[in-house]
Amino acid sequence: MESLLDFGPLAEEFTTILAGFWATVRLSAMSALLALLLGTILVAMRVSPTPVLRSVGTAYVNVLRNTPLTLVLLLSALGLSDTLQLTFSRDPGVNYYWWATLGLSAYTAAFVCEALRSGVNTVPPGQAEAARAIGLTFTQTLRLVVLPQAFRSVIAPLGSILIALIKNTTIVIVAGYIEASSVMKQMFDDYGGTLPIFLGFALGYMVLTLPTGFFFGWLAKRMAVVR
Amino acid sequence: MTENGDATPLVRVENVNKNFGALHVLRDINLTVSRGEVVVVIGPSGGGKSTLCRAINRLETIDSGTITFDGQPLAAEGKALARLRSDVGMVFQSFNLFAHKTILENVTLGPIRVRGHSREKAEKRGMELLERVGIATQADKYPAQLSGGQQQRTAIARALAMDPKMILFDEPTSALDPEMVQEVLDVMIGLAREGMTMVVVTHEMGFARRAAHRVVFMSEGQIVEENTPDEFFTNARTDRAKDFLSKILTH
Repeated sequence: MESLLDFGPLAEEFTTILAGFWATVRLSAMSALLALLLGTILVAMRVSPTPVLRSVGTAYVNVLRNTPLTLVLLLSALGLSDTLQLTFSRDPGVNYYWWATLGLSAYTAAFVCEALRSGVNTVPPGQAEAARAIGLTFTQTLRLVVLPQAFRSVIAPLGSILIALIKNTTIVIVAGYIEASSVMKQMFDDYGGTLPIFLGFALGYMVLTLPTGFFFGWLAKRMAVVR
Repeated sequence: MTENGDATPLVRVENVNKNFGALHVLRDINLTVSRGEVVVVIGPSGGGKSTLCRAINRLETIDSGTITFDGQPLAAEGKALARLRSDVGMVFQSFNLFAHKTILENVTLGPIRVRGHSREKAEKRGMELLERVGIATQADKYPAQLSGGQQQRTAIARALAMDPKMILFDEPTSALDPEMVQEVLDVMIGLAREGMTMVVVTHEMGFARRAAHRVVFMSEGQIVEENTPDEFFTNARTDRAKDFLSKILTH
């Protein structure tokens, strides 16, 4: 009973745990950035007047959104990196970081694209018409008028996607990159699966995700477009 | 391109047809608009007025016929079409101000991004135009903070900021509260007096009488009658026009 409530391991491994969470943060931040970028490109393709671009965007979203993240990450780490020898660096830590990041962002981008697309649908058609009527091109209309309004209307859902992304980093364990959840697994092996270790890590993730949720909720209110 | 630019009509619409599914909204439309001319398009709802107006800057595509602007056929898409639209102002029934931009940003977006003007130059000119339409004090507000009349005057300033060769007005006062109609019409009358080429879809008889050179009556997708405002309102030739006028004038 004593060993079950022993918080000692958390204290002993504190620096390792912090390093694990720092890896989680690095992974989440870079993946979020790339997912946002790729998601924006994808939504531009999906609403473009060119049928080929639309089909490519739709196909990408349907494939990535409906494939388990584990498979996407295994394909990156085992398939592309180990088997096909497409590596970013000789240092496995760096190499697997980038493959994990790419896998996560490729997967998350599909969700970002769909959130943004629903945001585009909230922008009245008259906005794009007025933009075209003053001589803006299709890309300018999208970039200067439609997407800025679309982004603002989906800040809250984008926050949910970011929270999901942070928690999804626990799966990159299959891609060989060491982050918080790998540290936890290691500690379970070393100290046994105790409640304190579990609670400690659960708290660690909440420290990351709860403020994210609050921040995006606040931002959504602040940035809302009044019509 | 002719040297004698002023003699050629600015807009020439020839044998234009358009269908929305089974609905034949434009039937063999022929219309020319000269430089400096103010043409009011009038007629019952669903008669094709707005569609014709929107076809002139290709916000609506047409199924057959040709539309030329300033001697050039309308480009189908891309940069050439964007360039044409930058020369044709458009004022919408529902204002369509950019909701995420301030009043001044609404007016400067086109000049900066399309004309390539500097921000300083665009803002200076933008403020002059806002001054002219009487809303310079609202420059830093967002569209939703303004009344309908103020929004529509902003929309007119936004069109003017591009130094357009003509402005299309698609029912510019139909979405306004009655007390705000006149402030918008006053700005439009001012523009007409200065020689701006205008095509105005409207039910405002007062505006047509005071500012229009010509009234075009459209019904069921056809141009039924064209005349001077005085002749049209006092002495309509066709039964459809007489019928329409009897309905709106008794209101």
